[in-house]
Amino acid sequence: METIFFYLVALVAVVSGFLVVRCQSPVNSALALVNTFFCLAVFYVMLYAPFMAAIQVIVYAGAIMVLILFVIMLLNLGTEARKRYTHGVVWAAIASLLVLVNVVFFIKRGRVTGAEGDITDYLIKTEGHTELIGKALYTEFLLPFEIASILLLVAIVGAVILAKKDV
Amino acid sequence: MTEMLSMSNNAPLFVGMMLLKLAVVFGVTMGIVAYATWVERKVIGHMQTRLGPMRTGWHGLLQPIADGLKLFFKEDIIPTQASKVPFLLAPMMILIPALITIAVVPFGPDVTVKGFLVPLQITDLNIGVLYILAMAGLGVYGIVLAGWSSNSKYALLGGVRASAQMISYELAAGITIIAVFMLSETLSLREIVALQSGSVIDWYVFKQPLAFGLFLITGLAEINRTPFDMPEAESELVSGFCTEYSSMKYALFFMAEYANMIVIAAIAATLFLGGWSGPLPESLGVVNLLGKVFAIMFFFIWLRATLPRVRYDQLMQLGWKVLIPLALANLAVTGLVVVLQQ
Amino acid sequence: MENLVQIALQNVNLAAIMPSLVLVCFGMGLLLINVFLPRGTTRPAVWISLVGIVVTAVVTVQGWGNPQYGFSDAVALDNFATFFNVTFLLAAALTILMSDDYLRREGYAVNEYYPLILFTTAGAMWMASGTDMMTIFLGLEVMSISLYVLAGFFRGQSASNEAGLKYFLLGAFSTGFLLYGMALIYGVTGSTRLTEIGAYLNSHSSLLANPMTLAGLVLLSIGFLFKLGAAPFHMWTPDVYQGAPTPVTAFMSAGPKAAAFAAFLRTLEYCFFGLKPEWSAMLWVLAVLTMTVGNVIAISQTNIKRMLAYSSISHAGYALVGLVAANEIGYSGVLFYMLAYTFMNIGAFAVLILVGKQGEENLTLEGFAGLGYKRPLLGVAMSVFLFALMGLPPTAGFAGKFYIFAGAVKAGYIWLAIIGVLNSAVSLYYYLRVMVYMYFRDPTEDYAWISLPVSVLATIILAVIGCLYLGILPNEVMAMAKTAIF
Repeated sequence: METIFFYLVALVAVVSGFLVVRCQSPVNSALALVNTFFCLAVFYVMLYAPFMAAIQVIVYAGAIMVLILFVIMLLNLGTEARKRYTHGVVWAAIASLLVLVNVVFFIKRGRVTGAEGDITDYLIKTEGHTELIGKALYTEFLLPFEIASILLLVAIVGAVILAKKDV
Repeated sequence: MTEMLSMSNNAPLFVGMMLLKLAVVFGVTMGIVAYATWVERKVIGHMQTRLGPMRTGWHGLLQPIADGLKLFFKEDIIPTQASKVPFLLAPMMILIPALITIAVVPFGPDVTVKGFLVPLQITDLNIGVLYILAMAGLGVYGIVLAGWSSNSKYALLGGVRASAQMISYELAAGITIIAVFMLSETLSLREIVALQSGSVIDWYVFKQPLAFGLFLITGLAEINRTPFDMPEAESELVSGFCTEYSSMKYALFFMAEYANMIVIAAIAATLFLGGWSGPLPESLGVVNLLGKVFAIMFFFIWLRATLPRVRYDQLMQLGWKVLIPLALANLAVTGLVVVLQQ
Repeated sequence: MENLVQIALQNVNLAAIMPSLVLVCFGMGLLLINVFLPRGTTRPAVWISLVGIVVTAVVTVQGWGNPQYGFSDAVALDNFATFFNVTFLLAAALTILMSDDYLRREGYAVNEYYPLILFTTAGAMWMASGTDMMTIFLGLEVMSISLYVLAGFFRGQSASNEAGLKYFLLGAFSTGFLLYGMALIYGVTGSTRLTEIGAYLNSHSSLLANPMTLAGLVLLSIGFLFKLGAAPFHMWTPDVYQGAPTPVTAFMSAGPKAAAFAAFLRTLEYCFFGLKPEWSAMLWVLAVLTMTVGNVIAISQTNIKRMLAYSSISHAGYALVGLVAANEIGYSGVLFYMLAYTFMNIGAFAVLILVGKQGEENLTLEGFAGLGYKRPLLGVAMSVFLFALMGLPPTAGFAGKFYIFAGAVKAGYIWLAIIGVLNSAVSLYYYLRVMVYMYFRDPTEDYAWISLPVSVLATIILAVIGCLYLGILPNEVMAMAKTAIF
């Protein structure tokens, strides 16, 4: 049953991913992208990572895509934008096909099992996925976590400098 | 020791109970939505020394049904310049996130059915609070799309205003809620209720009064109600993002607004006021929860009758320069206290 | 319940991040102070950031020979990191010194410039000291995002806008490669710690030939090579270097480039020592390509800033030779070369700044006609920098190239060394052309507009001293560089 569900969601994800590229109007593309993100969130849930799923929806579907929609709406990108960016479609298609073949090849040939980590199914179920992530962020990955805060600060300052009329 | 009912130990009963719970919760919510419109008109009427609807049924009790019928039989107009698909999707995209948010709100203690424990909650997610935030984030799409796809300047402005407002206030709401689960150390609403179930004094509203206030304000802003109903400011924007809608689609927007109000009230009740536990005994859990929800909704309606609408720039100033700093300060103080208590 | 604070604090070793910590604190403090500074007052910001850099330098230098590890091995402040940190700090200090008057002249005296430089430097430090892919990646992002903003700092100039946007778009793209590579490597080894990755790959040698590992290595390399500006990922360099404000260009070509080298070197050496023949071969080709492309295109440039951009590509190529050599002298040669390049390149850019007029950068060769006679000292300084860039004795450039090519020869890459030397010979042409204009053309102007602000003068003097010291007495620094590698 889980397999059927997986393939169902995967189908939706792939189709919406395709629609992102193929849609006539940018708004529809953006909506299709939201759908893709949502499907990814479902995958996270199926991988016992509900926290990731929630964050995926909050950050990508809830925040970033809304802003993208905003920009599209306010600029009112119409068909002229589409025309401008359709040169070299054939090459792009060939390139993406090559990438696809590559990815499939790596997955098939790679057959990597990876190292056994400390985090098991059982641990996730007993201790909770959110708790484990929290613990990892504040112990093993404390420094990257803190650097991320500097990163955000820099990004905010930079955005203000570039965008404000007079600093 | 009775076992928790799940898919693995009795699948048919589990599915049956789940469907029953879904049906009941959906029915009750829609019932409240319908009568909330009546209550709002009555309450505001009396506050303004009017009577409100009186003709349909005793004291206008049948008014919501009449309204529903009227909207149902109205002509459904789609503007020729509208983008069809988003235009049709938008009302649903507003209503659905509101309704599915209720799934995580617990409305009573566990009950025993055929030897299995059944929680009175559609589903207990261990990321419950984040789920609520995620769904609130998705609610923006409906409004943005409704505004954009109508291809009308009023609708577009309303949509842009609404989404900017919701995104800004979502931040403050999120930061406010973090303070609550710093105390609870869990994201599951079921456990948050359990932690507050000792006595009234255990309610988080007493430990987090500021957070409670902030949550109510941000909640009001997120559901675009007075005094933050900028997106629908009639004086400037006709009817905001739903200007071009008519018939049932328009009704869906209205239902979504009231459903959102219920959601915010239910979450506030669960996070801060002990949910279904107390002050009445556990067996009356549903009554407890509904009482609190109604009280908060009454408060919202009261505000609508009392307060004027704030200006748009003031609204943004309030959100970014007052509420978010306050929420952050609250978070910092809470964190400090939690650490020092250890 | 366990004590959460205890858990969180048990891995903390502030000594391991002290330099970047001090720098970030100064950066954030400066951001706050800027709010209260009246508009147009920039001196306090300059001074505070300089003090910050000096304090950081003191802290950094004290860490020499006393390696610190911490944060569950996410960071290592060893000699390698310290050596690079000093390079970054020098680059930042020289850049800040020459920025103030320039920004004022161009009408963009905005104080946020200085905190951004500090943050960039801190990001570079995390890259150099990171022993975890996450640390390196986030350090790279902090550095890059600050640089995107700095490149587009002149908002009213379309060239600067173009530089910022181009750098941002291509940079984001290359970061995607980097991250994809990291993800693949993580998938193969189940760890983001560089040492653990290396150990795992070493103990499971079948994984070394696995296409996923190789793809990870290649993608990771693409990400770093883009930041280095190595061919064929150099396309952004000329436009960005030309469009960005001149001090930013100077900084970009020295500090961040060194940081990319540091992280790249550490990753290759810690994780992929088992694949040394493979990546050596790959980098061999890229080094030749990079040197040649940079030099050949630089020949046809008439704009000196653009010419220096292309020459910086070729300099990345010389440094890559050190990575190909992959032996003690090659690696330490890279460290030495990055330090030397900081002095000579920033010095050259400082002269460019002085020769420019307000709003008109005056960067063509013609703009230097007869400068050597009208402004002899400036001419001499520029000549020193150009000699260093050419790699002629007795300057730092010669010593650096000497070590790197010696490393290549020692490792058996004779042809690579020969190609490198040939390339240096090619580069003589376009560097010497600038000198020809300075000394053998009749001055068309009297260069009266050139004023010599103390701070820019200090930059030039420091750079000249650096170039000559490293050129005449390279042994001491080289010995330090040798103790700095793993």
